[in-house]
Amino acid sequence: MDWDWNFVWEIMPTLIQGVKITILATVLGSVLAAIVGLGIALARRSENRIVARSVGWFAEFIRGTPLLVQLYFIFYVLPDIGILLPPLVAGVIGLGLHYGTYTAEVYRAGIDNVPRGQWEAAKACNLGGRHTWTHIILPQAIPPMIPALANYFIAMFKETPLLSAITVLELMNQAKSVANTYYRYIEPMTLVGAFFLVISLCSVVLLRWLEHRYGRIER
Amino acid sequence: MTQWSGYLGLILQGALVTIELTLMGSVLALIMAFLAGMGRVSRFFIIRALATTYIEFFRGTSIFVQLFWAYFVLPFAGLSLTPLQAGVLALGLNVGAYAAEVVRGAILSVGREQYEACTALNLGRWQGMRYVILPQALLVMLPTFGNNAIELLKATSVVSLISLADLTFQAQVVRSQTGSTLMPFLSVLVIYFALALIISWGIRTLERRMARGLDGVRV
Repeated sequence: MDWDWNFVWEIMPTLIQGVKITILATVLGSVLAAIVGLGIALARRSENRIVARSVGWFAEFIRGTPLLVQLYFIFYVLPDIGILLPPLVAGVIGLGLHYGTYTAEVYRAGIDNVPRGQWEAAKACNLGGRHTWTHIILPQAIPPMIPALANYFIAMFKETPLLSAITVLELMNQAKSVANTYYRYIEPMTLVGAFFLVISLCSVVLLRWLEHRYGRIER
Repeated sequence: MTQWSGYLGLILQGALVTIELTLMGSVLALIMAFLAGMGRVSRFFIIRALATTYIEFFRGTSIFVQLFWAYFVLPFAGLSLTPLQAGVLALGLNVGAYAAEVVRGAILSVGREQYEACTALNLGRWQGMRYVILPQALLVMLPTFGNNAIELLKATSVVSLISLADLTFQAQVVRSQTGSTLMPFLSVLVIYFALALIISWGIRTLERRMARGLDGVRV
């Protein structure tokens, strides 16, 4: 067990290629999760009981099953019904859907935290359903939930190595291929771990700042 | 039809491995959670620092990276682990780090007056912890422990990537042998979900039993 710095510099460009894909997947996945979460949260408040119930169960099911199996499902089952997705797209959809069910809970809590009086005021001002949501409720509900949302996006970031299982060439996959080529596992694996640790420690600082900036946040 | 039952048997075998991993991982996680969680509220700086390092390290790097590190890098340090050992180790240490924060939060959530009562009754630090603080804190921890156990169950799917024959692995085996995709992945998803439901039901039952006789003490 000896650490070889020359080898580290040699494999660095390949790993940085992987980092780019990892970050791309996280950003796209976060955007999708934010949208899906809002969709689920709104659907669960729907007047239509059947829609609310079935979306609720669907979200519960996704939250109770592993992301890896969901990724396999998207990657292997969908082509059978004629939907062929590139690995990265399948990965982003998987991440977005899975974490969308988590962010839905954040949205729910945020929306519930808007005081009743605001709803009544919107009604008193004769605003319609859509205007109430876009002009009164969401602008007040979203800022307090930003730290909690960011928390889930960081969690998602740490799950991106799973995408290597469906052949996305992100950081973990690059590290594995490098390791298998040279049969040296110490450097690539440790570098991947160090990379995630550094980003996580930085994100702690970012989270503190977000909590400070957007104030009151439930612990 | 007989063919399907054979494959179903394969998947059920995988389910057993998943359950085994979840149980053993949970035990290790529980031990680590109490060690590190109580370490974080220790009087001694060195113990606090150790516990914080452990927690930040394992929460900061992804479970996937930790598992690969345990399985591929540790052998170079002369410590060869079987896939099962590596899986239990990585899962237990990772989820233990998350649960440690739960333990710390629950201990801190017990009111000041309880600590003062311990002093008034002349209980030592350990006695106070054992007879007064922990019994109350345990009830606060339980629901979040349930969530952690479900997270652990979901994380077990990752061990399939280091060739441990769990549910996800068997689903892949069935897929590659039959070419059918919907049946293996859907049934595996349903089994995971059923296991998650069992865990949350078990925790709810346990919570009700432990809350018995505490009416009036807690709201």
